[in-house]
Amino acid sequence: MVRTDTFKRGVHPHDSKELTAGNPTQNAPLPKRVVIPLSQHIGAPAKAEVSIGDEVKKYQLIGSAPGFVSAPVHASISGKVVAISDFLHPSGRMVQSVVIESDEKDEGIALIDTPDFMALSADEIKALIRDAGIVGLGGAAFPTNVKLSPPKEKTIDVVILNGAECEPYLTADHRLMVEQPKSIVNGLKLIMKAVGVTNGYIGIEKNKPDAIEAMKKASEGEAGIEVRPLTVKYPQGAEKMLIKAITGREVPGKGGLPMDVGAVVQNVGTALAVYEAVRFGKPLIERIVTVTGRGVKEPKNLMVRIGTLVSEIIKDCGGLAEGAVKVISGGPMMGFAQWNLDVPVIKGTSGILVQSEDEFISTDEYSACIRCGRCIDVCPMGLNPSMISILSEKGRFEETKDYNLFDCFECGSCAFVCPSKRPMVQFVRLAKSQTKPG
Amino acid sequence: MAEEKKDKQLIVSVSPHVRDEESVSKIMWSVNFALFPALIASFYYFGPRAMFVTALCIGSSVGFEYIYQRSLNKKISVHDGSAFLTGLLLAMNLPPDLPFYIPIVGSFVAIVIVKQLFGGLGYNVFNPALIGRAFLLITWTKAMTVWKEPTAAFAALDAKTTATPLGILKEEGISKLIEAFGTKSDLYMSLFTGHRAGSLGETSVIFLLIGALYLLYKKYITWHIPVSFMATVGLLAWAFGGKSGLFSGDPIIHMMSGGLVLGAFFMATDYVTCPTIRKGQIIFGIGCGALTMLIRLKGGYPEGVMFAILLMNCFAPLIDRGVKPDLFGAVKKKKVMEDKK
Repeated sequence: MVRTDTFKRGVHPHDSKELTAGNPTQNAPLPKRVVIPLSQHIGAPAKAEVSIGDEVKKYQLIGSAPGFVSAPVHASISGKVVAISDFLHPSGRMVQSVVIESDEKDEGIALIDTPDFMALSADEIKALIRDAGIVGLGGAAFPTNVKLSPPKEKTIDVVILNGAECEPYLTADHRLMVEQPKSIVNGLKLIMKAVGVTNGYIGIEKNKPDAIEAMKKASEGEAGIEVRPLTVKYPQGAEKMLIKAITGREVPGKGGLPMDVGAVVQNVGTALAVYEAVRFGKPLIERIVTVTGRGVKEPKNLMVRIGTLVSEIIKDCGGLAEGAVKVISGGPMMGFAQWNLDVPVIKGTSGILVQSEDEFISTDEYSACIRCGRCIDVCPMGLNPSMISILSEKGRFEETKDYNLFDCFECGSCAFVCPSKRPMVQFVRLAKSQTKPG
Repeated sequence: MAEEKKDKQLIVSVSPHVRDEESVSKIMWSVNFALFPALIASFYYFGPRAMFVTALCIGSSVGFEYIYQRSLNKKISVHDGSAFLTGLLLAMNLPPDLPFYIPIVGSFVAIVIVKQLFGGLGYNVFNPALIGRAFLLITWTKAMTVWKEPTAAFAALDAKTTATPLGILKEEGISKLIEAFGTKSDLYMSLFTGHRAGSLGETSVIFLLIGALYLLYKKYITWHIPVSFMATVGLLAWAFGGKSGLFSGDPIIHMMSGGLVLGAFFMATDYVTCPTIRKGQIIFGIGCGALTMLIRLKGGYPEGVMFAILLMNCFAPLIDRGVKPDLFGAVKKKKVMEDKK
C-alpha cells in the first residue's frame, strides 16, 4: 500500500480515462487557419501588434501584454493575418482575436537556445516566462510570471507541481508526465529558482502509476524534489486541495491565496512550457489536448497549435460518432459546453470532451432540494451548497454571503452528488453575479 | 451545411457534465424496500387486518397526492416513491385493528395538509406520517390505543386486545412487565423479534434493524441521528427510569420497545425535516432522545417518540442556522496570521 495524500471530503466520479490514457501524444495536422484570441488568460486582454494583411511567422508576437496581470500572444503558424475581430471564445463570450491563414510553410522566427539555462537569475527566468506568454495550463490560465512574483512580505517556501489531473476523461497531463518527465523536472527547477525555494513536490493521483514512475525516475538525484502519490478523488487537483494534501496547510478562506501559506502551485504542463521557454526561447503556441468521450470516433491525445478550431480537431479524430450530443471544452466537472464548434483551442484548453447520448444526463428538470445533506458532505471547501442554492433560487442573493458564497470555486462536487439534479453551480454563479464579495 | 446543422443540435448546459446515479426516487424506493422485512413481520404477527390497514394507507396516500397534483395542474410526482413511503410509514405507526376511515383521514392529513399545502416534497416542516398519526391519536384516542395481541397465526381474526410493553411498564411497573412475558430474557427476546403488542411496524426490532443496516450500507442514512437518539434514550432510561433511585433503570426495555427503533432509523432521519449538517443531526438526535424520555417518564403517554420527533422537527431549521460545516481554511486563518508575525 503506497502512502497517499489527500484532503477532506470530495467525490469519486468514474474517471473514464481508459479511452486515451494509453494513447501516445500525436501532432495534430497543421491547421489551415487559426483564430487566436487576444485574451486567453485571466487579466487584461493583450493588445494587437499586427494588422490585417501582415505576413507573420510562427512564434512571432501578435499581441503584447498591456498590464502586469496579462500575457502576450504569439502566432502559432506562419501565414497572413486575414482578420482581427470579435470571435467566439470557449467561455461563450466574444473576444477580439487574430485570424491567420496558413502559408503551409510553418516557418518560425529564430529562437535563442540557452543550454546553460540553470545559470540564469530569477529575474531573467521570470522575464523569459512572461515574454513567452505562459499562463497556467491546468485550465484557469492565470499568467505564470505573476504567480511567480509574490509581494515581498509573502515568503514562499514550497513549489508544488500539479500532476493530479483529477478531472475525469482528461489524460493530457498524464501523457506529458510519461513522455517528457525530464523536461517537466527542469521546468520545476526553473520555477523553484524563480521563486527562490529549495522544496519542490510533484503531486500525482495514484491512478497514473506509469506517470508516478516516470517522474520519480526523472527527479532521481535532484535535491529537494519529491514525487507524492495522491488519493484518487475529485477535486484533488484544485490548488487549495493539493496544498492541503501535500503540506497539510490550509489556504485561509475569504479570498486567501496559496502564497498566504507559502506555496506556489503550477500545472505540470506549465512546467514544460516554462522549460521550453527558458531553454529554447519558445513562446507558448501549442499544448496537449485530450480529445475524448464516446461521442468522438477516435479519442486521442493531440499536440495542438493554439487557435486551431475545435471542429478541425474533431475531424482529425474521425469526426463525431453517432449519438454525439454535447461538446465540452475542458473536463466534465468544470468545462464549458459549446454550442458552436468553430471555437478555438486556447492556452487553457486541457481537453475536448464529446459526450454521447448514453453519457449525457439531462438536468433540465430538477426538483426541490430534499435537504439530504450530501452536498455538504462532499464540499471540499466546507460550505453549505444546499442553503446557497435555495437562497439563490429564491433571489435572496445577499443572504448567500452568510454561507461564504465567495469561497466556492465551482468544482461542481455538490451538483455531482445532488439526487434532485439541481444546477448547483449555476445557482452559485447567479448569486455571485448579483452580489459583491465582502 | 451538414456540420452546421449538427452544431445547432448540440446541448449546452452548465457544469458539471457528469452526475452521480443517485436520484430522489431511487432513495425513496430504497427506504420503502428497507421497511419491507418489518412489514412482512407485521403481517405475520397481526394478520389480514394489518395488510388491510397498510393497503389503505398506501393507496390513499398515493391517491391523495395524485388527486391534489392533478387538480392543481402540478407536476405529478407519485412515481418518486415519497407518497408511497408516507403511506407505508403511517401504516406502520397505526394499531393493527382500525375502522377503514381512520387510515384514510390520516393519509389525507399527512399528504394534503402537511406535505402538499406546504409546497410538496422538500418544503414540509414536519414529518407527514407522524403528523398524520398525531392527528388520529388526538381525534380517535380510543381506537388508536387498542392493541391486538400478536397471534403469529394468520387466520386468527379475533385476537384478544392487550396493553403494549411500555403501557404495562408505565401503569404496573417492571415486575408486572417481566411477569407478563415470563422471564427477563423472554421479555427481551419478544421485544427483539416483535412478538408483542404495538403499532404495525414498530414491534420487530430485528427486522427494522435489517432494513436500517441496508440504508446505512447504501449511505442513504448516516449513523448520526439514530445513534445519538438511541444512546440518549438508553442513557436517560438507565439514569432515571428505575424505581429504586438513580441508575437503576433498564435501558434495554426502553431502547427496544415502543416506536423507538422505527422512529430513530426511519422517521427522525427523514431528510426534509431533520438538520442537514451532521453535527446538527447529533444535537437533533439527542433532543429527540431527551424529549422521548421526558414524555415516557413524566408525561401522560406511555410512548413519546412521535411527539419528540415532531417537536424536534420545529428546531431543525434553527439547528442548521446555528451549526456550520467545518469551513476549509477558517480554523487556520488566525494561526497563519500569527505565524507570520
